[in-house]
Amino acid sequence: MLNIKCPYCGDRSQKEFAYGGDGTITRPKLNQEISDEEWDNFVYLRKSPRGKHIELWHHIAGCRQWFKVERDTATHEIFRTFKPEEEF
Amino acid sequence: MQKYSVFSLIKNAFSNHEKWDLAWKDPTPKKEYDVVIIGGGGHGLATAYYLAKEHQITNVAVIEKGWIGGGNIGRNTTIIRSNFMYDDNARFNEFGMNLWRNMSQELNFNVMFSPRGIINLAHSDAQMNAYARRGNSMRLNGIDAVLLNREEVKKIIPMADFSEDVRYPIFGGLAQPSAGTARHDAVAWGYARQADSMGVDIIQNCEVTGFDIEAGKITGLRTSRGDIKSKKIGLCVAGSTNVLAEKLNMTLPIETHLLQACVSEPVKPVLDGVVTFGAGHFYISQSDKGEMVMGGDLDGYNSYAQKGNLPTIQHVLTGGVALFPFLSRLKMLRTWGGIMDMSMDGSPIIDKTHIDGLYLNCGWCYGGFKSVPSSGWTFAHTIAQDRVHELNEGFSLNRFSKGYLLDEKGLGTKTWIS
Repeated sequence: MLNIKCPYCGDRSQKEFAYGGDGTITRPKLNQEISDEEWDNFVYLRKSPRGKHIELWHHIAGCRQWFKVERDTATHEIFRTFKPEEEF
Repeated sequence: MQKYSVFSLIKNAFSNHEKWDLAWKDPTPKKEYDVVIIGGGGHGLATAYYLAKEHQITNVAVIEKGWIGGGNIGRNTTIIRSNFMYDDNARFNEFGMNLWRNMSQELNFNVMFSPRGIINLAHSDAQMNAYARRGNSMRLNGIDAVLLNREEVKKIIPMADFSEDVRYPIFGGLAQPSAGTARHDAVAWGYARQADSMGVDIIQNCEVTGFDIEAGKITGLRTSRGDIKSKKIGLCVAGSTNVLAEKLNMTLPIETHLLQACVSEPVKPVLDGVVTFGAGHFYISQSDKGEMVMGGDLDGYNSYAQKGNLPTIQHVLTGGVALFPFLSRLKMLRTWGGIMDMSMDGSPIIDKTHIDGLYLNCGWCYGGFKSVPSSGWTFAHTIAQDRVHELNEGFSLNRFSKGYLLDEKGLGTKTWIS
């Protein structure tokens, strides 16, 4: 089982969290012309690396905050967790 | 090639089964092939077989990082079905059903295909309506679909919990009587043996480390056992698709996730067919050895680990015990995991790519096993003719950007909840 350190609450069991996918995806800016390619990149295309992966998690059975996790997708080692506004 | 039959079995019994021919050779890679298939799983081996059989292309290599049959072809829960609503999925998989029915004879290898039926359980009037719609779509495509009411389901699985005060009372279900199971390892071995006999080189313990691309055309690949030239390369690497895509500077609508399965200790026959309990994130069948074969949700976060975490197994079996209370008395023998190439709409991709001579076969999510013959057949056609067959034209790589999704379950792009 993963042990995830919520940046707001501290170490908790994986069972308290919901996964939110790739944390490096940014939505195209509003009120601008957006090409099909940009939408494709945003909605569908994912690197899904083997190794370090920045991802979103939601402390849904806790403080209900979203945050980011840097985790190894092959070993599940968690390197660090941080608030979404904190720059990578 | 030595033909397998009851006579060869008796003959070899006299020599203590020590004189059987090797089922496939262990060749060293040649410098050049007409086609190289990366991935010696079910899809890769089937592709090589159909390239040789249907298109007479026999100068083919199948490159496998580990050993053949060690990936998802040996890790799945062996379910074969074609109960899809959308035409592209339904036709493709029904084509595969016909290949399954003749597979043991065609490959001269007993794959133990056993059409024992599948039931998807429904727990509300709305779900019954949705199943009626799916069943009608299936029947329009010539697939047998039967909408069962509660009493009819009860006749087939009387040991399920049919009480009315449970969280998900059984309202009925959608059955496909011609669905079934097969011996998954035998499928890999059968295709490998036939492909090998027609001249295909099956090269194990050979990892792909890079690709050679010149002016938008693929010219070869680099492996841990030397460089190999080829003008046509097919990728059949399931959960490792993104790892190779990175070497090709491609980003795909695929995420790699982990799916677990487990089996109980063997018991006497209790469950005839396959039962899926979608509301409880659980499905089950009974193997020929008597083990209850069970699975459910993905672990729920990107993973290449090939082994899972306990909370998911606990969650899956909680659903299982809710449906079949007798399961609580069984011991679990084994759990294991495999890595799934989860596509963004739940349907596969069998297509050409922007690189000339590079072909892509991926996105099988957790339904790759049933599609082994149809995938191999259409992928071989796509490679040999350099154009997609009408059976796989819906499985295009650009359907995402074009908006022609095949989202069978309507779940959207959160691959980890599908």
